[in-house]
Amino acid sequence: MRALTWHGTKDVRVETVDDPEIVNPRDAIIKVSSTAICGSDLHLYDGVIPGMMAGDILGHEFMGEVVETGPASTLQIGQRVVVPFTISCGGCFHCRIEQYSACENSNPVEKQDASAMLYGHPMAGLFGYSHMTGGYSGGQAEYVRVPFSDVGPIVVPDHLEDEKVLFLSDILPTGWMAAENAEIQPDDTVAVWGCGPVGLFAVQSALAMGAARVIAIDHYPHRLELAHKLGAETINFRETHVREALMEMTGGIGVDAAIDAVGMEAHGFAIDNMLDVVKQKVGIGADRASVFKQALLAVRPGGRLSVPGVYGGMTDKFPLGALMEKGITVRAGQTHVQRYTDRLLAMIEEGVIDTTFLISHTLPLEEAPRGYRCFHDEQNTWTKVVLKPGMETRQ
Amino acid sequence: MTSHRRTHGALAAGIALAAGAIALAAKQQNRRRHHDHPADDAPGFTARRDFGRYEVVGRSVTIARPRAELFAFWRNFGNLAQFMENLNEVSPTGAEGHSVWTIRAPGGQTVQVETRIAREVDGELIAWRSVEGSDIDTEGRVTFEDAPGQRGTRVGLIIAYVPPMGEAGRAAAKLLRREPEVQARHDLKRFKMLMETGEIATSARRKDATRAAKMENA
Repeated sequence: MRALTWHGTKDVRVETVDDPEIVNPRDAIIKVSSTAICGSDLHLYDGVIPGMMAGDILGHEFMGEVVETGPASTLQIGQRVVVPFTISCGGCFHCRIEQYSACENSNPVEKQDASAMLYGHPMAGLFGYSHMTGGYSGGQAEYVRVPFSDVGPIVVPDHLEDEKVLFLSDILPTGWMAAENAEIQPDDTVAVWGCGPVGLFAVQSALAMGAARVIAIDHYPHRLELAHKLGAETINFRETHVREALMEMTGGIGVDAAIDAVGMEAHGFAIDNMLDVVKQKVGIGADRASVFKQALLAVRPGGRLSVPGVYGGMTDKFPLGALMEKGITVRAGQTHVQRYTDRLLAMIEEGVIDTTFLISHTLPLEEAPRGYRCFHDEQNTWTKVVLKPGMETRQ
Repeated sequence: MTSHRRTHGALAAGIALAAGAIALAAKQQNRRRHHDHPADDAPGFTARRDFGRYEVVGRSVTIARPRAELFAFWRNFGNLAQFMENLNEVSPTGAEGHSVWTIRAPGGQTVQVETRIAREVDGELIAWRSVEGSDIDTEGRVTFEDAPGQRGTRVGLIIAYVPPMGEAGRAAAKLLRREPEVQARHDLKRFKMLMETGEIATSARRKDATRAAKMENA
């Protein structure tokens, strides 16, 4: 089959690789109809996530048709499914309390040591990501082996086209959980850093949960425009002092809740961020946490900070005092996708949520490397790239 | 309590018996009263000390399955090779409670250990010990306790052994990732996977690329 493989920093290729097959009893094989490039794929593209190996197949947002099932799979051949990016067994303590992204059994035993050492506990398995999360082959391919297929995949009705349901795999529930973690109360003002797909869905979700105001922060005019269309006020951080603006826009109170939808590769002009850029470049693993730090200072005393943005390592000059002295609640984490999919699918069916506005480009899988390059370099206009394995290549 | 403390004294004097190492490593309720150690309630094998000639490996895992089911699966020693990666097989010798364990060792070798069940409490504990003249001088025990709330069962494994070729053997084993501490940790997690999910997770895309398949062909 054809698949998008990682070979190093800014080096991804479409290659012919072995087809997947049923390995364990609960597996299913999915023939991919649509798959997307995620902002977190760009962290891999930039080479800032450890534990990648040449030849790894990327992609953790995908959907398609069930073409083969293991004896213990509950899926039927021919069903259309969206597959959550987190792999969850359904039987461990964490899955049973719906903390699916902390599944204890989906990351192969021999791959657990690295994250256990780094974080104190091993991470769950994820599709198309680092070997710290299992090294599972991802969805930017013609076919995918899906383990625990009786727990993860969501069967979607035929009348909803791919573009409407694909983002149930990651960014839609991630934006939703980001807003949920911000514990939004009516009359709250919520600031969202980053108007990428997760940030935009967080804006949408925060408003749906009753936030009085959402203030979206980015530096790409087009992305700010999308946030504005969803109902957010906007701040362009290249033109405006963000903290001062937030204080003034809230009458000196500060925002009630903050959402960091940026993560480890923040842009920014602060000195500590520049140092973090240098450390990241020389591989000493510092996360550029300027958004996290700024958000801690911007949120009001007793407020909440929700972190859907991806971080992987350590950071310096962390305003620990602000966290403690102001009594901020911080909630973070990979998304417990399966906890939200039924509810969000229903909202999509009812027309309450529409995700199609986000898609700026649809490309054949064969053109995935161009998709990565443009999604990375032209973030203003390339807001979301969907790849189609079967699609005709332009000549 | 008294016997534990007596054994402890013997260890300190450097005349360790495997039985003592295990007992000491298993200690949980019995407070550690060793020279400069403050008394605490941690399992003995987490202590910052050594156990004389014996290497002691201990690990616990919580499995969301009933205690009786886990005990029964483990008690059938033939099942163990399903999740103990370096175990080729366990076969009964015919003598009551005696088995021969065929274990993969560094350098493509295998070693055989004959054990007898030293103690068994239905649903709670199985302890075994190598018989006189085995390749390896070892003993172990696995315990099953109800975990708090709905969490299932806490399974504790402790193995004490004299490294087969002393320090050199231990170092070689470490290099080849067949070191018992790593192995015990991994084996228990595989046991958990098998019991909770019915399978052992692999990210291989094809059957011939799984870790188990590669080890089989190694």
